[in-house]
Amino acid sequence: MAMHAVHKIMAAAAGKEQVRPGEIITAKIDLVGINDVYQIVMQSFQEMLGEKVWDPGKVYIFLDHNAPASDLKVAQAHKIFREFAQEQGCHLVDINEGIGHNLLPEWGLARPGSMIAITDSHTPIHGAYGAFAAGLGATDIAAVLIDGSTWLKVPEVVNIRLNGKLQKNVMAKDAALYVLGQLGTEFGTYKVIEFSGPVVEDMSMEERTVLTVMATEMGAKTTYIKPDKTTIDDVKNHTNAPFVVHETDPDFVYETEYEFDLTNLKPQVAIPHSVDNARNVEDVAGIPINQVFIGSCTGGKLTDIAAAAEFLDGKKIPPSMRLVVTMATKQIVKESIEKGYYQILLDAGATITSPGCGACSGLLGGIIAGQERCVSTANRNFPGRMGGSLEAEVYLASPLTAAQTAVSGKLTCPGQTGLEE
Amino acid sequence: MKISGKVVVYNHDNISTDQIIPGPYAYIKDMKEMAEHCLEGADRTLRERFRTVGNILVAGSNFGCGSSREYAVIVLKESGVQAVVIKSAARIWYRNSVNLGLPVIFCKTLPDTIREGEEIEIDLASGTIRETATGMIHKGEAPSEFVMNMYKEGGIKPLMRKRVLGELPDR
Repeated sequence: MAMHAVHKIMAAAAGKEQVRPGEIITAKIDLVGINDVYQIVMQSFQEMLGEKVWDPGKVYIFLDHNAPASDLKVAQAHKIFREFAQEQGCHLVDINEGIGHNLLPEWGLARPGSMIAITDSHTPIHGAYGAFAAGLGATDIAAVLIDGSTWLKVPEVVNIRLNGKLQKNVMAKDAALYVLGQLGTEFGTYKVIEFSGPVVEDMSMEERTVLTVMATEMGAKTTYIKPDKTTIDDVKNHTNAPFVVHETDPDFVYETEYEFDLTNLKPQVAIPHSVDNARNVEDVAGIPINQVFIGSCTGGKLTDIAAAAEFLDGKKIPPSMRLVVTMATKQIVKESIEKGYYQILLDAGATITSPGCGACSGLLGGIIAGQERCVSTANRNFPGRMGGSLEAEVYLASPLTAAQTAVSGKLTCPGQTGLEE
Repeated sequence: MKISGKVVVYNHDNISTDQIIPGPYAYIKDMKEMAEHCLEGADRTLRERFRTVGNILVAGSNFGCGSSREYAVIVLKESGVQAVVIKSAARIWYRNSVNLGLPVIFCKTLPDTIREGEEIEIDLASGTIRETATGMIHKGEAPSEFVMNMYKEGGIKPLMRKRVLGELPDR
């Protein structure tokens, strides 16, 4: 039977020759991540009579969603995590480091063929590196801590082929929002979403991860981008560890294939309150905006900071606007300082927080009030997402659209501000 | 396995885990206290209705989309919900419901026709739902054998305890 590369990764993890869609397997996990929102992992671990983590070297605790601790409850949770990490000897990724999802590639831990399970829903991001990566619930992860395994239903694979070439001012985020607008939030539920085609092949690794992270909003269990020279070079730049690239059999049949030509794609925005409410920015331009958030695993990478800073150089945001920037990792902060982006953002009037998930998680660092509107480079615009107010509105867009909106004070399409160099 | 009870109907699609339990409550340690905010981001009256009207939640498609937070299953259980009938679920939420032993049945027809407070009987094994008053039968999706087994064990916690104690083979 012809198999997809992801099925081969799963088969290898299950110690089997073959797996078929629909089959339930027990797979061995190579890397487990726990985020600071889920102290219940440790409670479930104890309730399941767990004593020692099966392989502490494979376990990472990311204090990233609410860092540094914003209140006493969070501080207590962080304390418990630190104690657990110390006791068990697993990796503690403390509040100074940034978002786990962006740290894994920096540390060479997102690589082809790996099996990754993390308590965060955006874990499918790592399919950009040819890994199998799925988000699991807290108790699920606690069970993995006990014996290093988890149950997985073998998913079908859908292929999204992106043809053509993206124009100036159009980014991976626009492509992702467009696909969501076309296909909705459910077409990928339980499935592997593969991204392929010339648009994807042209993208840097950081841009590719925008597609794979947004696939979470399409329902994906995991994602896949066939590793190519860009992938292999990037991974080898970050690690000497060996990895296996599995190939999809030439006669493999996708469950569904979608094809889009993105040559004429214009900048996109997902308007409240659903990720698939995609519009051309130019069609809804002019809506007054109170805050712009540039951050998250999706929109707080060096590419995003660079795109924003290059536009903001020498410009200032108006008094009616707040520009909150939360870089994804410490390394990105350092590079932003080296390249001068940090200074540009400060001079433009940005509020730069410490690295982490920040306002995307709605827990700290730029929560918005009722009746306020935020343009965000993050990944969700659900009711109440950015801090709990159901009367607040979140508009999802690219870092370019975000930066231009920050300067004009209203939703603005890149290239149409009259402010470009 | 059969479950019967009265329904609380919230027939909307794409109810995110942010609506089931908003993020800022995720650090509450006591689950009963957390459950006081159950579905607060959707309709604040729902939690009270689980007490006064019925213990089976009926909703639309892509229920539980978004964040992986398991609390979005726990707060329903803590609020007295015994079963959930929905058109479809987001992947992680469904997986969490299986692991925590909250029976979920997928049915395309019932959410659009059933009225708040009516009594239904769910036959999990066959995936059918019977409206008590009219006798009308809705055909839903029967849970897989794997999932049924998880319900019977009471979820993944009892299952893992048995493994740790050597009462079940390692997986």
